[in-house]
Amino acid sequence: MSKALEEKAAPPRTRPFTTISGREIRPLYRPEDVQGLDYARDLGDPGQYPYTRGVHPTMYRGKVWTMRQFAGFGSAEQTNQRFKYLLANGGHGLSVAFDLPTLMGRDPDHPLSLGEVGKCGVAVTSLADMETLFDGIPLGEVSTSMTINSPAAMLVAFYILVGEKQGVPQAQLSGTVQADILKEFIAQKEYIFPPRPSMRLIVDMIRYCTDHMPKWNSISISGYHIREAGSTAAQELAFTLRDGIEYVQWCVDAGMDVDSFAPRLSFFFNSHSDFFEEIAKFRAARRIWARTMKERFGAKNTRSMMLRFHTQTAGVSLTAQQPYNNVARTALQALAAVLGGTQSLHTNSLDEALALPTEEAVTIALRTQQIVAEETGVINAADPLGGSWFLEKLTNEIEADALEYFRKIDAMGGMVAAVEKGFPQREIQEASFQFQKAVERKDKVIVGVNDYVMEEKPMPILYIDETTAREQTARVEALRATRDQERVRKALAELQQVARGTGNLMYPILEASRAYATIGEMCDALREVWGEYEEAPVF
Amino acid sequence: MTNDRKIRVVVAKPGLDGHDRGAKVVARALRDAGMEVIYTGLRQSPEQIVAAAAQEDADVIGLSILSGAHLPICERIVALLKDKQMADVKLVVGGIIPAQDIPELQKLGVAGVFLPGASLQDIVDQVRAVAA
Repeated sequence: MSKALEEKAAPPRTRPFTTISGREIRPLYRPEDVQGLDYARDLGDPGQYPYTRGVHPTMYRGKVWTMRQFAGFGSAEQTNQRFKYLLANGGHGLSVAFDLPTLMGRDPDHPLSLGEVGKCGVAVTSLADMETLFDGIPLGEVSTSMTINSPAAMLVAFYILVGEKQGVPQAQLSGTVQADILKEFIAQKEYIFPPRPSMRLIVDMIRYCTDHMPKWNSISISGYHIREAGSTAAQELAFTLRDGIEYVQWCVDAGMDVDSFAPRLSFFFNSHSDFFEEIAKFRAARRIWARTMKERFGAKNTRSMMLRFHTQTAGVSLTAQQPYNNVARTALQALAAVLGGTQSLHTNSLDEALALPTEEAVTIALRTQQIVAEETGVINAADPLGGSWFLEKLTNEIEADALEYFRKIDAMGGMVAAVEKGFPQREIQEASFQFQKAVERKDKVIVGVNDYVMEEKPMPILYIDETTAREQTARVEALRATRDQERVRKALAELQQVARGTGNLMYPILEASRAYATIGEMCDALREVWGEYEEAPVF
Repeated sequence: MTNDRKIRVVVAKPGLDGHDRGAKVVARALRDAGMEVIYTGLRQSPEQIVAAAAQEDADVIGLSILSGAHLPICERIVALLKDKQMADVKLVVGGIIPAQDIPELQKLGVAGVFLPGASLQDIVDQVRAVAA
């Protein structure tokens, strides 16, 4: 061993022993750290309230998690090919990534769409693109998750209508739409309308799905983006669950019975690199949600109390440097998600700090999940780490931190009010800055970035040029020239009329979608009524 | 530029992307390093960004682009800067930029490109160097 390597092997450790979120970790945990922990009250067997150990009695022995890889780029036709590839290779469900114009309710020919069409996801401008996207994919047999928020109602409408054309009634459609607008204001910032009308649009959609789509998860309450924006693990947990409380409260206030919709709420968390902290976070999430639903909302159906969640490994942890190391990072994060009891999982591809993933990189990511499921043996027993003094103590600590945030946000008048005050936004901004400073000080080492650096050659990546933008613009121009303009005009007028009143917006959105109104036209109609949200540019 | 004048930087998020973690962390680091930083907020058109740079008498425009839209957006901003006789304003870009696009950006006149993992100190040093 060279002298340099020896020094690496036994460094005089001066860095603090903290989690990636800055939580102090002691050298040893013992039984007295979890004194007072009552098995039946605080943990329960898997499948039993408060579901700390999992939502199913047999967990992965009954069925392994759904391996669901998020995909979308270029045109609907290109993404349709990727979907078919993933399904042919053992993927269980689809997960659609839309491009930024779609996410922001803009048509491809809008000036702000310059350079954005088909780049971060697939370009879907109207029902016509959605028909191409799912061509040859039987919607009655797959489940589809759609990552879309501000215009979620429009994409659900498109999906329903594609199902109709395939002869699959909406009651048979299974999948999830993200539709979590609160975390957009908090973290990802893909909002269009101000918070209150945005919430109304979501509540209308939840009501519609509750009435007509029993197999559809009407919202996926997401911490993923909160974490990617730089929050700590406890902030991710706290803000996500408090967002969940806000949606439940708004639906209850709109006259819905909590047990009519709560069983179809689902969650979406990040699995970051700090192994035990992440597992503790998932376990704490289930316990908090079960108690909240029972005690705060008086839910009676146990399914309303079960927190079911999707996980994605942490995109933000991937490095552009020595990108093959990302396979190891993703595998460990996937393992944490599985040990935390996730219901479905997306593993990131090794090249995602550089570009959207190549087919080869996506295959390794999917194979990583298959290795965890088939080779490691971690699926054999449910919650295998339950009872670890360290893990149970961490679970308690993270839970306590989250409940403290609940108290603060409740005191502000709820999450919409807290968002309007910029509270969670500031908390996350501060945490992200502190993390970056820790990296600069090398208190936190990122392998290949601030230590273990070496020269390397660039790797081949998926490159998306401006072809999709030109083609998509031509497609939408052709669509506008051939559809029934009068029907579109009427449908958009009706949409505005309902937006000014109190009716359920899903119905005019379905009619406008059927008439091949574009996503930009529908969102513009609503912008005229509700205005656009602008955040104060503070840093 | 006199020595006691602070370097003035407009940090901007063009395009439709809302991921502002990087822009805000960099804005704060430049401010902590003693520069005058104006953050435009989200979803600014090239026209708005160049107007902000003119109004703020900026030495440097720093763009944060993660979505892949960097080439058309930088091309447009460079053209606008030329049009408005503001070619002395330096343009730097950070984000997810494929290696193959860096020569193209340099050819356009982009004075600095920062990739994922860039340290705050490097960014501060380079912004100072291009503003000098």
